[in-house]
Amino acid sequence: MIPALGLLAGIVIGILVRPDVPLWLQPYLPIAVIAALDAVFGAVRAALDGIFDDKVFVVSFLSNVVVAAFIVYLGDQLGVGAQLSTGVIVVLGVRIFSNVASIRRHLFSA
Amino acid sequence: MGASSPPPDRDRGSAGPRIAGRRIAGIGWPLATKANVLVLTLALLLGFAISAQVRQTRTQGLETLREDELLGVLDTVTQEGVRLGAELRDLERTRDRLASGADSELEAIDIARERADTLGLLAGSKAATGPGVRLTIADPDGRVGATVILDAIEELRDAGAEVLQVGPQRVVMGTFFSDSDAGVSVSGTALSPPYVILAIGDPATMASAMGIPGGVSESVRGLRGEVTVEQLDSLDITAIHRSDPPRFATPAPTPDPSPTS
Repeated sequence: MIPALGLLAGIVIGILVRPDVPLWLQPYLPIAVIAALDAVFGAVRAALDGIFDDKVFVVSFLSNVVVAAFIVYLGDQLGVGAQLSTGVIVVLGVRIFSNVASIRRHLFSA
Repeated sequence: MGASSPPPDRDRGSAGPRIAGRRIAGIGWPLATKANVLVLTLALLLGFAISAQVRQTRTQGLETLREDELLGVLDTVTQEGVRLGAELRDLERTRDRLASGADSELEAIDIARERADTLGLLAGSKAATGPGVRLTIADPDGRVGATVILDAIEELRDAGAEVLQVGPQRVVMGTFFSDSDAGVSVSGTALSPPYVILAIGDPATMASAMGIPGGVSESVRGLRGEVTVEQLDSLDITAIHRSDPPRFATPAPTPDPSPTS
């Protein structure tokens, strides 16, 4: 419940505050968001599996975000930023889908 | 949170929806532990980041694009510019062509009108005006025949008459003269003396042509008639010859229909 409420509250705050993403953050924020989403779905799945651990969640959330942003940064420095971004998004997307499939099996037994 | 209040059943895989619901509820049991606060903060951050990113994407300009993306945009714009330039030149050419076409069309219409005027005068389908002579042939004895009238016409033509009228009849290519009981008939229309011939041309030349020895005046005088020549500065020939379109003759195709005048 708490994460869902927090997510909703964050979205509402973002809509109300209308923040401008600082320039240095702009290339990394989309990737970071995707990585965080991956961590969230992983957490939901773990909760459904009954093995949720908040420390694991916090660490995976932060490390996901940092690693994703770092990979994009590295890609930008190497001149393959666009390709690496795509790669990261593909990998994270695959993980999100597999997590969602697992969640679906729990919720609908199908 | 899950760690502080672990759900009783830990079987993985296909737990039923009821158990799953209980577990979901178990994640967020509001206990103000440090972990809960941390998770809440992270979720808040994530939501904030999502809405910020969505808004950013909607208002995105060129400044956030990467170098190769910018190059792509530049390429697209350049190609579009080249394409539009070519189109512009095409349209300008078309416009020029249309403008000059309109000019030459007007010119062609002028030429055609001029030609129609000339041919109308020649064929007798248009009234004519200009300097000329009025020739009156008095014939008290009724001895002046078609021959004399024809001679007079020929003499006038030799003297440069451009448009001729005998009595009420326009003289054209197909005009014929014949003798009739009352006098001379022109193209089937009977005339009676005195015969009036109108001719547009150089008045002095035509008048002197009438007066030459052995000419029209003299031969009419020999028939006890009298020829009067009036030189006029302005003379109207209003008789119109109506010609039917030819039944057999059609214009032969000419390679270059240059206007004749």
